[in-house]
Amino acid sequence: MIAAAPTAVPSRAGRRRMVAGALAVMVISLVAALTGPADLPLSGALRELAGRLPFIEVSSGLTEIQREILWSWRLPRIALGALVGAVLSVSGAAYQGVFRNPLADPYLLGAAAGAGVGATLAFAAEADALVAPAAFLGATVAVAVTYWLGRTAGGRTSTALILAGVAMASFLTAIQTFVLQANVETLREVYVWILGRLTTTGWDEVLLLAPYALISIAVVLAHRRVLDALAVGDDEATALGVPVARARIVIVVFATLGTAAAVAVSGLIGFVGIIVPHAVRLLAGTSYRVVAPLSALFGAAFLVAADLAARTIISPAELPIGVVTAFLGAPFFVLVLRMTRRTA
Amino acid sequence: MRFTTVALLLALLSSGCAGPDPAAEAGATVAAPETAPVPSPETSALPHTGFPVTVAATNGPVEIAARPQAIVSLSPTATEMLFAVGAGSQVVAVDEFSYHPAEAPVTDLSGYTPNLEAIISYSPDLVVVSDDIDGIVAALQSVGVPVVQLAAASAFSDVVDQIETVGRITGHVEAAEQLAADLERRVEQVVASMADLGTFTTYYHELDPSFYSVTSSTFIGEMYSLLGLASIADAADVDGFGYPQLQAEYILDANPDLIVIDDCCGESPETVGSRPGWEVLDAVRAGRIIVVEADEASRWGPRVVGFLESIAAAMARFGEAGA
Repeated sequence: MIAAAPTAVPSRAGRRRMVAGALAVMVISLVAALTGPADLPLSGALRELAGRLPFIEVSSGLTEIQREILWSWRLPRIALGALVGAVLSVSGAAYQGVFRNPLADPYLLGAAAGAGVGATLAFAAEADALVAPAAFLGATVAVAVTYWLGRTAGGRTSTALILAGVAMASFLTAIQTFVLQANVETLREVYVWILGRLTTTGWDEVLLLAPYALISIAVVLAHRRVLDALAVGDDEATALGVPVARARIVIVVFATLGTAAAVAVSGLIGFVGIIVPHAVRLLAGTSYRVVAPLSALFGAAFLVAADLAARTIISPAELPIGVVTAFLGAPFFVLVLRMTRRTA
Repeated sequence: MRFTTVALLLALLSSGCAGPDPAAEAGATVAAPETAPVPSPETSALPHTGFPVTVAATNGPVEIAARPQAIVSLSPTATEMLFAVGAGSQVVAVDEFSYHPAEAPVTDLSGYTPNLEAIISYSPDLVVVSDDIDGIVAALQSVGVPVVQLAAASAFSDVVDQIETVGRITGHVEAAEQLAADLERRVEQVVASMADLGTFTTYYHELDPSFYSVTSSTFIGEMYSLLGLASIADAADVDGFGYPQLQAEYILDANPDLIVIDDCCGESPETVGSRPGWEVLDAVRAGRIIVVEADEASRWGPRVVGFLESIAAAMARFGEAGA
């Protein structure tokens, strides 16, 4: 599917889809901001939000606690969901393009397993504050080692790299299981972390992730024409003047950085990196000029919606978001697949 | 479960004619006669300890033939009970987390992943566990080691029963009964002292910083109920499990009178108060954050009354400060 020649996209349709994506993010974010176990009065919450817009002065009538709920908990969580969703989707699209493999996801080269080992070690050492940096370090080191292994073992083919990633993931999962068995009391914490959760402490996590996520997305977007060229084939891309090896490294490095940062703050949220880019391709064609930016927008909207479901379905308790992304994501994907088959 | 226990007990009593229970009764009141015609455990047992003894444990009725001298405990709660009734000198090994009291012989045995060979390497004549993990109870019984399983208490009366059971299986009946009576008296005192303190009604008991909490229907929740307190997590317990994970905004919205944290995981009144938005909570503003000892609150043995007393004392302090 990916190897197919990029479809030409009329720019007006492209722009319409971007506007639709941006609207989706805004509408879902607004719904998410107004929904939660604490019953905020709708008009009060709306006025409170509007009050922060420039040139609008309204008093919301919300209590102090209600204002804190809105500004210190709901909005940071929405922002985090949007960032994580966008970066995982864009990274997924980038991996799929670079490796010409429709099943590639941001965790392909061992990022998830590496992050898992890092987080598990931090939990086992009872250093909860180090979970995020350890997960980040684990993910980046794992991908770096995978890359080096793939290079030395298999030369230039991306198959060697993917196989190295599989070996790396198995190896790291074994380490993680061993550490877990030796520290059974951390089992629940690690399990919760693996299933993913958009936990926020005010805006801390958002500020931590934002630079990585934005740079990662920007670099992939800047390479969207290169990704189109790579989709045709390495030789063809070279003929088109694309420095294939260098471009591949740059894209993988930045997609991995963004993924590692997302995993560090939110755990392993699966499925987003595969499902969103493919849904976008089914709806808007395979050119990365469209797929990359739309993946960012729809990824953000998808994860904010998934998180809304995660904290609403069994409210006031909450589900791990990884459960929701898989449970809602898979049927949604099948639906998109069927719809496009019928119209095609 | 309870039904099968009763059925088994009946079967045992009716089949084992010279049943152990009457003998135990006799041993407790008058010295057992030395004139039994056939050699049996009763005759060799020390009369004043009442062995052999049969107790109703979680794993059904268990007969202990003679006073155990090599006890292995795989449950921190049971370890505390064993030492509290004075059976500490009979304990040869306890699991890795049984570090209270300090003289408990801690080993690397695990209660979570019990290992049959590691346990029998201590040649135990009694093993006490709280959970039957990987079929360890049946495994130990199959190699002839008596096992008493004492599952986590679901109410304070279970703690009292378990202490009395531990007294009977170790030959410290009187000490155990005294301890149980003492604990019951302390609980009554706390409850009585609460009579004129109706100021606080809700609490948030934090199990960990990801907002896992307890409902009023849990063991800990029942202790709080004794103090006239209800958990804010009650409405959140959709599956009836008793330990729901709350969302931060739910806690803020509920605005509990008291916040209770434990000393295990680096949290303190300062860290709780500095969480985004939490500074507007009544409990934070008025300084009504109680730090309890994690093990007192999570090991439902003799020390759990200390947990109850520390909450009551804090409430009395807050009540005076507020008045």
